[in-house]
Amino acid sequence: MKIYLDNAATTKLDGQVRKAMLPFYKEKFANPSSIHFSGQKNNLILEDSREKIAKNLDTTSDRIVFTSGASEANNFIIRGVMEANQDKGKHLIISAIEHPSVYDLAKDLKKRGFDVDFLPINNKGIVEVDKFKKLLKKDTVLVSIMAANNEIGTKQPIEELIKLTKENGSYFHSDLVQAIAYEDISIDKLNLDFASISAHKFNGPTGVGIAIINPKIKINPLIIGGGQEGDYRSGTYNLAGIVGLSKALEISCSQRKENRKKVKEVRDYFLKQLKKEIPDIKINGCLKRRLPNNLNIRFEKIEGEAILIELSSKGIEVSTGSACSALNLKSSYVLMALGLKDEELNSNIRFTLSKDTSLADIDYTITNLKKIVKRLKSFSPIK
Amino acid sequence: MSLNYTKKTLDYFLKPKNIGEIKKPDASATIGNMVCGDQLNFTMKVEKGKIKNIKFLSFGCASNIATASVMTQAVKGKTIEEAKKLDWHDIVKDLGGLPQQKVHCSVMAIDGLKKLIKDYEKKLKK
Repeated sequence: MKIYLDNAATTKLDGQVRKAMLPFYKEKFANPSSIHFSGQKNNLILEDSREKIAKNLDTTSDRIVFTSGASEANNFIIRGVMEANQDKGKHLIISAIEHPSVYDLAKDLKKRGFDVDFLPINNKGIVEVDKFKKLLKKDTVLVSIMAANNEIGTKQPIEELIKLTKENGSYFHSDLVQAIAYEDISIDKLNLDFASISAHKFNGPTGVGIAIINPKIKINPLIIGGGQEGDYRSGTYNLAGIVGLSKALEISCSQRKENRKKVKEVRDYFLKQLKKEIPDIKINGCLKRRLPNNLNIRFEKIEGEAILIELSSKGIEVSTGSACSALNLKSSYVLMALGLKDEELNSNIRFTLSKDTSLADIDYTITNLKKIVKRLKSFSPIK
Repeated sequence: MSLNYTKKTLDYFLKPKNIGEIKKPDASATIGNMVCGDQLNFTMKVEKGKIKNIKFLSFGCASNIATASVMTQAVKGKTIEEAKKLDWHDIVKDLGGLPQQKVHCSVMAIDGLKKLIKDYEKKLKK
């Protein structure tokens, strides 16, 4: 028995996607930059994939830059825009709960002399527009705020933030990694300058992502040498990955509405059962403005990693923000930003569902979770 | 990140030894706290210089529970002087190794033992 509830970490590769990718690992292996016919045939496939992706994101293909994933896209966009636009200023705003590929990068830029502000979140896990307004400055070059958070799933009011950013004459980037599978996103309607997407979060392959850029805005490349992607990103094309991304996005967008509804129903059932069967639990972050597949739960008086490992021994796979499970032994900065007290930081589990999660999966999870919580509590020194 | 526990560590986590609290103990000690994500509460009964019984409660991860199990098992029945010789390396070895970032759990179990013995010796002097 295996119940996979860690879909914010990665998702299962879709069978149709795998099938679409396979020829590019077999007979269609030619480099799309090669001039011979096999190469140029693949070049057409590359550009066709780009067109399809652009259409599904409601933007134009000249704005799509293929990368190795969203971490690279985040690094490329933020560093590239900040470095290339120093005539405009040196100020960057990010939220306090951005993914490490934004958060740690911003800290690095700060060390290198850029002026960085971290926009806090409220106790619901959402940034406040009034506080944002106060941070905007004349020399603010870029604002980077994620559409939805990877740990607590809360959705940020990016529409409003984009509007204010534009009025200020600054550029806006949004990490769309977690949101893209469930939120209707039109790049052009949102007036987004930059965005990052990763294929493996919507049943595509790992190792491929997209940086959405605005060709009118200056940006320095991260990887130089070869000149692929109009010099924005050098390196041989991962064509199998790009074809996979295109197919996965097509499937995801066409099923988005029904997946959203289906996943939310199962998630809400999960929460109902949790509340009914397990005492002393708290939800981290606002439930209403949250992705339909996310539940981040605090189990009082017991430690998160212990819950995770015991769940795993029962075939149930989840994730935790507990210090114990982190390489650096530090608790989640997202949960800290949410205002959790020190003693509350090490008792949290993230459950992230997928379109394949069934009610039976939830029942099995609840049955086991109930036993696990009871056992761990039975020898907890915390009264 | 590599966080592969040995089967032995997992067994000790899922079926820990010496769990609980001794009533009217000869010594007790708490090490760690909820903020660091690990807390162990030890209680001990000593008879004729030997550790007759030792138990623990845990707010901690799998390796915290496993290392405390191994430590308590190792010193149960031993003299206080013998118990003092137990080293965190012995615990790691007994478990067949611990993930690098989890080695501190074995150190904590030993620190807890030291604190427990100190409490016992302090009470003995009174």
